[in-house]
Amino acid sequence: MDTVVLEGATHKKAGPGSVPGVPAPPVKRPKAKKAKKAVVFFEVEILDAKTKDKLCFLDKVEPNATIGEIKSMFHKSHPQWYAARQSIRLDPKGKSLKDEDVLQHLPVGTTATFYFRDLGAQISWVTVFLTEYGGPLLLYLMFYFRVPFIYAPKYDFTTSKHWVVHLACMCHSFHYLKRLLETLFVHRFSHGTMPLRNIFKNCTYYWGFAAWMAYYINHPLYTPPTIYGEQQVRIALIIFLFCQVGNFSIHIALRNLRPPGSKTRKIPYPTKNPFTWIFLLVSCPNYTYELGSWFGFTLMTQCLPVAFFTAVGFIQMTVWAKGKHRSYLKEFRDYPPLRSPILPFVL
Amino acid sequence: MSAPAIGTTKTAHSDVAPKKKRGPGALATAYLVIYNVVMTAGWLVIAVGLVRAYLVRGSYHGLYFSIEKPLKFFQTGALLEILHCAVGIVPSSVVLTGFQVLSRVFLTWAVTHSVREVQSEDSVLLFVSAWTITEIIRYSFYTFSLLNHLPYLIKWARYTFFLVLYPMGVTGELLTIYAALPYVQKTGLYSVTLPNKYNFSFDYYTFLILTMVSYIPLFPQLYFHMMRQRKKVLAHVEEYKTE
Repeated sequence: MDTVVLEGATHKKAGPGSVPGVPAPPVKRPKAKKAKKAVVFFEVEILDAKTKDKLCFLDKVEPNATIGEIKSMFHKSHPQWYAARQSIRLDPKGKSLKDEDVLQHLPVGTTATFYFRDLGAQISWVTVFLTEYGGPLLLYLMFYFRVPFIYAPKYDFTTSKHWVVHLACMCHSFHYLKRLLETLFVHRFSHGTMPLRNIFKNCTYYWGFAAWMAYYINHPLYTPPTIYGEQQVRIALIIFLFCQVGNFSIHIALRNLRPPGSKTRKIPYPTKNPFTWIFLLVSCPNYTYELGSWFGFTLMTQCLPVAFFTAVGFIQMTVWAKGKHRSYLKEFRDYPPLRSPILPFVL
Repeated sequence: MSAPAIGTTKTAHSDVAPKKKRGPGALATAYLVIYNVVMTAGWLVIAVGLVRAYLVRGSYHGLYFSIEKPLKFFQTGALLEILHCAVGIVPSSVVLTGFQVLSRVFLTWAVTHSVREVQSEDSVLLFVSAWTITEIIRYSFYTFSLLNHLPYLIKWARYTFFLVLYPMGVTGELLTIYAALPYVQKTGLYSVTLPNKYNFSFDYYTFLILTMVSYIPLFPQLYFHMMRQRKKVLAHVEEYKTE
């Protein structure tokens, strides 16, 4: 039942003598200047990956239609499954196809069978980031200002007498403000959405740790660094600021790799900014600098919960860095061999 | 908690087809057989110790002291099972197994051993007996499975006894933790207060209360998981009945 049409359906140029609406007889001779390819419309059937039920049948699908467009068409017949929660794959157990994949370039016949899996309710990355970073910013300030019901009533709305506590508040607030602004203006996300349940998981992590750290740093019985005192705090501040600038530089460099609205992936290289020269040694220097920032903050506050937070973050970021490093190696043949995932030469 | 390790129920399906041997080679299998035999023997020693002590004393009270050392030794030895999963010779989840074993070890050392006053409580006998019977069945189950010669009786026992033993063990554990609370609060055991130079505090008393509370969501989940496993495993065997 394939309809062979002479011209691409988007160009509605009917040849002389042809009746509109009736497909022209197949002509294989290329015309005058442009070689006209015979265009074959595809049929697409979408089956449920688990039950194999036929969920949707689309006919007259253009060969250059993308998976993204097919998802929109599927959404029309099943309005509860918006495009972001659709996983379309060639094999019920296979990997999801990308939105940019073009129908005719996939290993399918002219009747393409796809399998659908519901990814569950989705939430945009931007929403998740704003919520998970906004929480720590506000929570920490609540502890800093000693809002009632946290500490003993006689301390309500008092301020700490230790200058390092004020410094720590500024650093912590600056860090999360930076993250919020980067989310809004710097980052270019590959995926629009993530599963809804992630927001609960992520917020518990960030908000929980922020509250735990803030409780001790702003506690009336807080003990400022004793091992090397003021010198320790100064060095810690320098490390923290250095790594904040470094982390920001990396985010900008990564953003510049990707034109607006695109999802291209390229190998990051050092730029004129000296903070990016670390790309020579490390695949994910944004994580390296992030670790450095929290290490600085730990040193500054000399607080065990902060050390725990730094350690847990380090483990998680190492897992992510190794994954990213592996995908870089898989995707790019000419990936620089000297680089480690997160710590130069070590990890 | 006193339930058999949940993750390892995967091995239960394999008495007909030895699918689980995708991990261990011959050497690992030999090691695991020895490990499980030793553990079965160890818990049998504890069981015998309990019975003998009861017969000698003529009462149920204070039997903990007669099996204190083998209990600590063999329950702590179960930590190896986490390693087995991590290394891959046992196809169970490290996290699940870790959680199971660590909760047992916690009760043995951080509660019963650390708070001397609870050692003469009857609740200790309650969970120790539950653990003992459970572990004897569980380790012999593994032993026979590894040797591909699992008697239906052992499989049945493993998936049936828990119906009583699990609630029994949980009750014993909770009562013991509850009994320890006043002593922990009085002595400030394992607790750290402010101010200190690491700006950290920990209240073991509150921690124990939170532990008790955590049983509420966790126990039903594990219990019903085992019940579902039971349906699956015992239903299958009715069909095949090869042994």
